[in-house]
Amino acid sequence: MMFDRRLIEYFDWGLLGIIFLICLAGLIILYSAVTAGADSAALHVLMKKQVIWMAAGFGIVMVILLIDFRDIGKLNLFFYTVCVGLLVSTYLFGKVGGGSQRWLVLGPVRMQPSELMKISLIISLAAVYAENVSEQGLGFRNLIKPAVLCLIPFSLIVNQPDLGTGLLLLLIAGTITLFVKVEKKVIFTFAGIGLLLVPLVWFFGLKDYQKGRILTFLDPDRDPLGAGYHIIQSKIAIGSGMITGKGFLHGTQNALNFLPEQHTDFILSVLAEEWGLVGCTVLLFLYLVLLIWGLNISYSCRNMFGSILAFGVTSMIFWQIFINIGMVMGLMPVVGVPLPLISYGGSSVVTNMVGFGILMNISMRKFTSSRSGQ
Amino acid sequence: MGGINKNPEREWLKQRLMGASLCFVFVFSALFLRLVYLQVIKGDEYRRLSKTNCVRLKSIKSSRGLIYDRNNTLLVDNRPAFDLTIVLEDAAPVKKTVKHLAELIGESFDELMDSITKAGRSAFYKPLTLKRDISRDQLAIVEAHQFDLPGIYIDIEPTRHYIYQKTAAHLLGYLGQINRRELQDGKYPNVKAGDSIGRYGVEKSFETFLQGKRGGRQVEVDVNGRVIKVLKTVDPIPGKDICLTLDLSLQRHAEELLTGHDGAVVAMDPSNGDVLVMASTPSFDQNDFIGGISSKKWRALMDDPGRPMINKAIQAEYPPASTYKIVTAMAGLEERVLDWKTKFYCPGFYKFGNRRYQCWNRHGHGDMDVVSAMERSCDVFFYRAGEELGVDRLAQYANGAGLGQVTGIRLAHERRGLVPTKAWKKRRYKEAWQAGETLSISIGQGFNLVTPLQMAVFMAAVGNGGTLYRPRIVKSVRETEGGVVKHIEPEITGGLPASPENLSLVKKGLLKVVHGNRGTARRIRLKDVDIAGKTGTAQVFSRKAGEKFDNKKLARTLQDHAWFVCYAPAKNPKIAVSVIIEHGEHGSSTAAPVAGELIRAYLGQTESGIAMLPEANSHVSGSPEQE
Repeated sequence: MMFDRRLIEYFDWGLLGIIFLICLAGLIILYSAVTAGADSAALHVLMKKQVIWMAAGFGIVMVILLIDFRDIGKLNLFFYTVCVGLLVSTYLFGKVGGGSQRWLVLGPVRMQPSELMKISLIISLAAVYAENVSEQGLGFRNLIKPAVLCLIPFSLIVNQPDLGTGLLLLLIAGTITLFVKVEKKVIFTFAGIGLLLVPLVWFFGLKDYQKGRILTFLDPDRDPLGAGYHIIQSKIAIGSGMITGKGFLHGTQNALNFLPEQHTDFILSVLAEEWGLVGCTVLLFLYLVLLIWGLNISYSCRNMFGSILAFGVTSMIFWQIFINIGMVMGLMPVVGVPLPLISYGGSSVVTNMVGFGILMNISMRKFTSSRSGQ
Repeated sequence: MGGINKNPEREWLKQRLMGASLCFVFVFSALFLRLVYLQVIKGDEYRRLSKTNCVRLKSIKSSRGLIYDRNNTLLVDNRPAFDLTIVLEDAAPVKKTVKHLAELIGESFDELMDSITKAGRSAFYKPLTLKRDISRDQLAIVEAHQFDLPGIYIDIEPTRHYIYQKTAAHLLGYLGQINRRELQDGKYPNVKAGDSIGRYGVEKSFETFLQGKRGGRQVEVDVNGRVIKVLKTVDPIPGKDICLTLDLSLQRHAEELLTGHDGAVVAMDPSNGDVLVMASTPSFDQNDFIGGISSKKWRALMDDPGRPMINKAIQAEYPPASTYKIVTAMAGLEERVLDWKTKFYCPGFYKFGNRRYQCWNRHGHGDMDVVSAMERSCDVFFYRAGEELGVDRLAQYANGAGLGQVTGIRLAHERRGLVPTKAWKKRRYKEAWQAGETLSISIGQGFNLVTPLQMAVFMAAVGNGGTLYRPRIVKSVRETEGGVVKHIEPEITGGLPASPENLSLVKKGLLKVVHGNRGTARRIRLKDVDIAGKTGTAQVFSRKAGEKFDNKKLARTLQDHAWFVCYAPAKNPKIAVSVIIEHGEHGSSTAAPVAGELIRAYLGQTESGIAMLPEANSHVSGSPEQE
């Protein structure tokens, strides 16, 4: 481990600042979400927990910064194996919550291995692709290992069942893959297989409630008080915010539990209802800045692994934002994907913080110019 | 390491990243546009929707006025009824939930589903009533299983409670749900669909007082329909309470005395027209009507030959029989057809034209004056008087006595009876009046029809010296806190067409009926109370002149109706009673004892203060108390 003074020089205060701002916004919105609800006494505990998670997250960021990301990259298989192992343990001994078996209790800590898996997979994929990247794009051969790397955790996660995280995993993997360029013929082949798979999956793979979710996504009016209910109430909450919102702590939809999961998946509705279009735009802007920052880090890094890794983390943030906000506004099916740093949830906060830690890690070390190693 | 920037790899990376940036910007723009669509374009609509989901108007039913008797004993109350309701959207899958519910509370699944299918598609958000007025046991079960029964809610509604079952049922009346036509008519502005209004008796006549005014609340509800906050409240105005003139213990005593008979008893206060008792048997349980009477029970009531749904006191018309002789006597004296000295001889019959009109005593009464004729109810005496008077003059005095017209009691469906005249018969039957028919009229048979109430009013007038009062059933209307809203004053409707002297002569005769040695009602004579009255036996079917038969052997339905009308104490009457027992054979044997016992109970109570009446909550049973 090298402790270079240049590390401090290149410390990415900007990124830290943006993350800090988003965290602050998150806490403000979360406060509203937990205060206005009917059982607010219990929910204030969540507020405290979130702050603790964020603080812990920042701590973890600091720790990660100390390790060169390339070293992490070398250990990618190790991390990967550990994560898969944890997933298997979850399958065997995991705690059930919310209809699926996702949690693992390790002493005082309760965690979702599927969250860690995201990071691990990104690192592993980045490592694999960094070696094989080429102008023409990846061929079939090149994709075998990545495919295997993806499918193992995917199937374990989907089995929990956690379709949301599973799909998110695939999306991130797919994005990274497409980013490093794939041969056209490979793309078409996969597209073809996908088209064939869709009806198979529909009729034999999807559970009824999952089918219902998709159908409701296509037509929410189909079930105004059931599956489509969350979306409609969410849209009402968002729309009723209009331009300037109803004011802090004055969200009626929020307050009356018309928004279920208002402190987790649907937290944007709280923001939209209370702060209006203005508030939402501010958050969108912050997120966009964050993402572009991440892309910039990817560009500034002279190391291919680092670039892909930076991109991978950024895409992870991106997809979470896109899916969550899209879902909340009725553009996406209802899947349990939290909004980074805004939704309540220790796993989500920590995972994203780890991601930011990696970004900052890469950013700080952009003065390294070689392809790999030192 | 120069030339890094021109490294093709970096160029490639830049390209890819630019592509990615564009994608990000594109996606975020889409999200932003979507936000604009929701918040700006549809903003107003969503703002409104967020209000309609949250803010609801809940109507608050007012509590119906209570009904008390003259001594402030509560007769009709309100109690909470627990209705089982379902909100279809919350209860999905509906069939499963209802099945589970049916199993838990022991109701029929089909019946419960019936209520749902009847409501149709309009009712997704509104609670539908599955079953009204569930028992406490069922309530406990539903409450305990709340989480297994989504969408099932308990609604608490105030419901009518008739404390003394079957007591004064006809007078008090019952409630029924308002129908669409009545709602549209606008006669009931404070009533909503599903509410009940008075359909009979006092409940109906005083509906506007008893029905309060609905209130409302503006509430914020959460998605489960639970009220989170109350924004505004308009308090409901409770209905006004009503204080009847009815005497509960006397009423119950009268009903007990009527047990086993079909008939009616009306008791009034001669000084002001207060109705102390209005009993009609067989009676019905008003509580059965709450929430809608079952068709089985309704059928049973309709098919009962005793006609329990008729208030015999005001809705049934009977020939007055010998009680009419009071009118004949009064008319005869006033018209100077006879006076206190006039004697007619009764050989047991009266020959008129080529017909023999029987006296009930075939052996004859001998010489009769008006007093003894009343005492012994001699038909012949009154045939003679009636013949002289003629039907029209009799009709005149009958009308003067309040017969042939409604008394004006504040109850619906009062019948006016019938007092025939020549003109009437011409109109009705297109026939001329036969002189012989007058004879029947003069002893109260023939076309004459009266209601027990009319007779009570008449007797009260005779007792009090000639004042006809409008029967008063409600003394006052009060606010729930006690402030009097309206006082209903006694009302005089007329005076008997008789001079004081003539009237006292008539009264003398009436006194003899009970206290004379040959009085037809001497058996009911009381030690310390003078009762003055008249027996009557109304023929149910006409008998051939001279025909002999044993009444006891007749089928009950062919037996005569028994009348007894009276007042007591004779000098300063405090109560006037009219009793009719259908198919009771003789007035003296069945009707008179009822009146006598009632008077004993009433006056014994007021004089000595000792109540010897049945407890309010005990069953009405068995035979009346013996002396």
